[in-house]
Formats: sequence, C-alpha cells, structure tokens
Amino acid sequence: MKIKSKKQLFIRIAVLYLPLAVLLLFLLFPFYWTFVTSVKPDKELYGSIVTYWPQNLTFESYRKLFFDFNFLQPMYNSFIVATITTLLSLVVSVLAAYSFSRFRFKGRKAFMILFLTNNMFPTVLLLIPLYAIMRNLGILYTPMSLVLSYTTFTIPFSVWLLNGYLNDLPISLEEAAMIDGASRVKAFTKIIFPIVIPCLIATGVYIFMTSWNEYTFAVMFTNESNRTIPVALKNLIGQLGVQWDLLTAGGIITIIPVCIMFFFAQKRLVEGLTAGAVKG
Amino acid sequence: MILNEVIWLPRKKINIWPYLLIAPALIIVLAMVLIPAVNAVLMSFQSYDLTRPSRIGFIGFGNYIQVFQDKLFWQSLGKTILWVVFGVGFQFVFGFILALLLNKKFKGRGAVRAVSLIPWVTPGVLIGLMWKWIYDGNYGVLNDILLKLGWIQDKIPFLAQKSTAFPSVVVTIIWQGIPFFALMLLAGLQGVPGELYEAADIDGANWFQKLFRVTIPSIKSTIFITTLLRVIWVANSVDVIFNMTAGGPAYSTQTLSIYIFNEANALNLGYASSMSIVLTLLLLCVAIPYLKNIFKNQEA
Repeated sequence: MKIKSKKQLFIRIAVLYLPLAVLLLFLLFPFYWTFVTSVKPDKELYGSIVTYWPQNLTFESYRKLFFDFNFLQPMYNSFIVATITTLLSLVVSVLAAYSFSRFRFKGRKAFMILFLTNNMFPTVLLLIPLYAIMRNLGILYTPMSLVLSYTTFTIPFSVWLLNGYLNDLPISLEEAAMIDGASRVKAFTKIIFPIVIPCLIATGVYIFMTSWNEYTFAVMFTNESNRTIPVALKNLIGQLGVQWDLLTAGGIITIIPVCIMFFFAQKRLVEGLTAGAVKG
Repeated sequence: MILNEVIWLPRKKINIWPYLLIAPALIIVLAMVLIPAVNAVLMSFQSYDLTRPSRIGFIGFGNYIQVFQDKLFWQSLGKTILWVVFGVGFQFVFGFILALLLNKKFKGRGAVRAVSLIPWVTPGVLIGLMWKWIYDGNYGVLNDILLKLGWIQDKIPFLAQKSTAFPSVVVTIIWQGIPFFALMLLAGLQGVPGELYEAADIDGANWFQKLFRVTIPSIKSTIFITTLLRVIWVANSVDVIFNMTAGGPAYSTQTLSIYIFNEANALNLGYASSMSIVLTLLLLCVAIPYLKNIFKNQEA
C-alpha cells in the first residue's frame, strides 16, 4: 500500500503500528526485564530505585551459575533427554504417519483417532501411575523415564503433523519410482525421505522444544544427578532463597537454544501446525 | 477422493505393511498412555497414600465420595472454570487482534511474527519465575511502573495477597497463550478469499460489518478448534501457577490441576487419582465436539 497523504499515514499508525507496538511491548517486555535483571549487580537489583538499564553491567551471575552451581550438568541432562526423545519420536512417528498417509487399511480411522485424542489426557492423570511404573521398571531417576513419558505427547503430535506433510506430497512421485522397478522401501528412502527432510527437522525442533521445556514429569522423575534445566531453575530457589540475578541468568540460558532452533524451523513448523486446523 | 484411485489398495488379501509400520508408535503410546490410564482408574478406587502404606487397599467409591464432599475440591473446580474462561477468553481476544494486525502488509512482518511467538516456546517454569519477579512486592517492576504513572500510591504484593493473586496468574496465562491463538487465527485469515471483502466493499459494508459478517464466519472452524485445544491445555496446565504461587495464598490460585499435583507430591496417590479421573471426565465433555469434528474429517 502506498501512503499518499498525511491523513493516511496517521490512520495507518493508529490502526496498525500503535496497537502492534503495544501488544509487542506486552509480549516482549518480560524477556527484556529478565535479561536486564541478569546483568545487574546485587546493589542495583535490591536497591530503592528500579533501574531500567543497569548502571554497572555485570556478567557475574552467569559466571556463578556455571562455576559455583555447575549449571552445565542440567544443560547436559536436558540435552540428552531432548535428543533421545526427538530421535525416538521421529523414527516411530514417520513410519506411522507414512502408513496413515499411503495405505488404506482396516482400523485406520480408529488408530488415527487414538493418536489424535491422546493429548486430551491430563498430565496429572498419567503422572501418578507412570511414577509407579517407572519405579517398578527400575528406571525412575534415569533419563529413560523422562524419554518414555515425553513420548506420550510427542509421538501423537508428530504423527499428526507428519501425516499432514505427507498428505501434501503427490503419490505419483512414488508411483513413478515403483513403476520403474524400485521397491517400496527404496521409493521411500530415495524419493520421499529427501523431500520431507525439512518437515522432519521442523517436527524434530518442536519435539526438542517440548522436551527441553517440560517440568511436571521432570520434577517427579529426576533426582539431583540427572535433573533437567527447568527443575534446576526451580531448585535454585530452594538452595539459596531467591536470588533473582541467578534465576534470570538461568532463564536466559534456557531459552537461547530454544529460540535459535525455533527461528530456523518456525516457517515450516507454523505451516504444519496451522494446516490441520485450517483444513479441519 | 482421488487418493483412493492411485493408492495401493489391498485387494482381498490383508496387507500387513501398514500395521507393521504403525506398530512401534502404537506400542509405545499404548504402554505409556493406556496402561497408566487404566492404572489411574484402579488407583482411584484404592486408599493409596504412600505416607500410610499399611492402609493401602481397595475402598470402592470411598475416594470419590470424599472428593464430592471436599470443599476444597469444589473451590478448586470453580477456580479452574474462572481460570479457563478468563484465561482462554482474553487469549482469544488479544490473539485475534494480533492476527488481524499481522494479516496486514508491512515491512518486517515475518520478523514480527516470529518474535511475537517467543512466549509460546518459553518453558512454563521460566514464565512463572519471570512474572513472579515482575509482580514482586518490593523490587518488582510492575509496582514501579504503576507508581510512576501515579495509578497506585503504595506498592502492591500482587502474588502474596488473596485479592490480587488470582488475577495476576490469569494475566500470565493470557500472556502465554496470545501467540498460539494469533498463529492459528492468522493462518485462518490468510485463507479467506479476497473476493468476499471486495463484495462487501461494493455493498458498502463498514469495518465492523466486514469483521462480523465476513471474517469471523469464514474462520469459524479455526476459532472453534483452537479454542477447544486451548481450553484443554489451560485447564491441564500446572507449571505456570505452581511456580508462581503453588496454589496459595490461602488456596486462592489453586486450580484442580494444581490441587491434584499438590496431592500427588504429598504422595496421597489414590485421592489424587480420583480427582484426576473427575478432571479427565469433565474435559472429555468439553472435548466431545472436537472429537466429533475429527471423526467427521477422518471419514475417508
């Protein structure tokens, strides 16, 4: 749209830029505030005057977090749990999604609905029996207990997402390959797989993010040596009362990897997420 | 459907491939969801308090009777309803406004959209902590802003007093949910054919008429599905409230999920299970329209 007159410009500011700025301020200010808090010295943090940009910038809290509180350990734990969850969920989900998308078989609809309705179960409902099951299996307080519990929501979601992506791919692609003598496995690995790699990455990022961020299972299924980042963050409070510089520094460290991954994958992830709702 | 003509239909003999392919996912999901769900039902009929191991055993509907006589249960249920109505309601309103704004063309729209989604990918624990610090009664920035604007005379301990704690946590959940709503509704808006607006323009419709007669009816199903999903997620959410107030002060922010979580942490597993079964059944009632919708769309 070309802006012709002052009046038009004024209207555009009033109906677009101003409300957008207000909403973005509301959505982003907490992050700004978290960052500013993490680089303030104690004196400014708990002084009588609230400063909106630190007078004395310090990265002391980050140093303390890594050297005094060994924050690398929970980061490593989270990374292990999130990576294994992502790989496991992706492999089994892509197989199931391929089946739903390319075959018509008896019970297909029932199975699909089973997957789709899965995220309807409240976490708190599964939490208690899973705790007992993990204890009986002897894997309570190991990364495996978290991986298995996270698959309860990552697999159904990934199947749904990948099924949507695959449905958008024309079947003629594989057909052509199979007419040329390729087996179904070969048609999948040589034709379909390379095309869906970006979708797999987007789905993988989503799984990784949810596992990285999860708290409710993590707090019950981990102990000191294998606790993940969200639990470690919360535990910082228990150890030393509330030290806001450390907490906010931990928060910033937690979201940076997630944000980087999200920005790379967001376009395709958004496409996949919204396709279902819009078509549905 | 075109799909059926080109698909490899199993003619008479049963093709085992599709079953083999879904088997791994199915086995994991059944083992990790269905078995625990059945266990939860069984547990809900038992006195199962790990702090009193000698009394573990079946007690029939004992827990459920206790649930329905529990004043705190009803209070928490009421809080859950308010939490969902106000939380999801305002998420929708602001999410819709954001979607309408992002649907306009302007420079840097892609970047703005990506950035505005950040609250959605932020862990609930961190959301709880960030806002707890913002609301802080002594050093909190919200108090400072309100004082500077002259809207309040004295600092308010937002999360520490009964009257302000609940509205404060609701604002936080609204903040968290705006991006997801905006994202879904924006996708819906982009699918509305432009001719509809042109036709409305020719008929001389004003902005409000276009909004209520063209836009909203066109994205009705997106609104419906997104709202239902949000209702279920928000009703189930534990981490945000738990990390801000843990349900206090004086149970004023205790939703049913928080009550169950607190009971589970106190190892009163039987009672917690029976409450979670009640919560699941209530949510199932909400979800029935959603399930019907899925059913319809899977008719193929």
